[in-house]
Amino acid sequence: MTDDRRLFDEHIPRLRRYARALTGDRTRADDLVQDCLARAWEKLSLWQRGTDLRAWLFTILHNLYVNDVRRLKSRPELLALDDAALEVPQHANIDGGLALRDLDAALRQLPDEQRAVLLLVSLEEMRYEEVARTLGIPVGTVMSRLSRARERLRTLLNGTSPQLRRVK
Amino acid sequence: MNDTPITEAELHAYVDDQLPAERRAAVEDYLAAHPAEAERVRAYRQQNEQLHVLFDTALDEPVPASLQRPPARRAPGLTRAAALLAAAAVGGVLGWALRGGEAVEITAGLPQQAAIAHLVYSPEVLHPVEVGAREEAHLVAWLSKRLGAPVRAPQLAEAGFELVGGRLLPGEAGPAAQFMYQDARGARLTLYVRTAEDNRETAFRYAQEGKVGVFYWVDGPFGYALSGELERAQLLAVAEGVYRGLNP
Repeated sequence: MTDDRRLFDEHIPRLRRYARALTGDRTRADDLVQDCLARAWEKLSLWQRGTDLRAWLFTILHNLYVNDVRRLKSRPELLALDDAALEVPQHANIDGGLALRDLDAALRQLPDEQRAVLLLVSLEEMRYEEVARTLGIPVGTVMSRLSRARERLRTLLNGTSPQLRRVK
Repeated sequence: MNDTPITEAELHAYVDDQLPAERRAAVEDYLAAHPAEAERVRAYRQQNEQLHVLFDTALDEPVPASLQRPPARRAPGLTRAAALLAAAAVGGVLGWALRGGEAVEITAGLPQQAAIAHLVYSPEVLHPVEVGAREEAHLVAWLSKRLGAPVRAPQLAEAGFELVGGRLLPGEAGPAAQFMYQDARGARLTLYVRTAEDNRETAFRYAQEGKVGVFYWVDGPFGYALSGELERAQLLAVAEGVYRGLNP
């Protein structure tokens, strides 16, 4: 029982990594993680002990993200103003040069649902069935989104960055 | 066996090391015979590696304290000591979402609106405010009436800022108020106040809108956003002063 307070700790760095890759924005990512943890504490009684805590946390984070995106999309005029006047592009911390920056930019161009699947598979290294459970979609949908995401990235990167081939 | 055709899903499973061992040889034979497909698989593997390069830095960064502690509300199974510790943390830093997840919705657009209002009015030399601090009682009564609940202009003298005055602004869903403060060097902060959809509390949050930093939160009937071109830590200190001023 005394360990409950530390229950989520081991998952926080990975939640942050995923949120950052998903949103492309550090501040927004940490807000998302903070909301996720607050929600998780609130709902802790609903988590069944012994089941996969990581998938449960990622589900909460993902649902918050989807709500957040829906909200932003419902305020187009505000977004437009944001983009034009206020937004500071916040790239992930990259030292690796052009290819990585291109990848980051290409990632932003994926539809949200494809990006989520790709990141859970590539970055989080979840099994396909876990991704399906986390996002609440069939495995077949996971596979088709994964396939589309990867092919779209490949096309985008081939178009913009022929030197990608040389990067290890 | 090699005679079963290779599916798209199996190629991905091969990339991600999720392919059942007995299909590996078949996929490798297929790739050897189809260079374009082999190239595709190679590109996908490279995507995996590069995504790690891009984002794994997040794993090594120290986790901010605000993410490490549980919220003040007693979670099931929290020990008394943990609950006390959490309460102390919140008392000290106001750090955590007190009522959790809906915060994303109720603070929608708040930092952006506040930052815009800050950018528009803080450079004003002649007309920074509609009603000056000399008429503070009138200002507060007027804004309270328009916002439909008692608004206060907290004293920030401790942080070196004096009230300049305030104005009424159009908010997204109704009227909003802006109080402007200024320090001895002429640096200005604005406190943006709008009615919240419902009575709740959220944690302090931070947003950076261009050069303007914004700390924002919801407390009771209002959403608050403190904007200024200060260092984040400095702005946080003032935001805590605002919070204390509003919750004496």
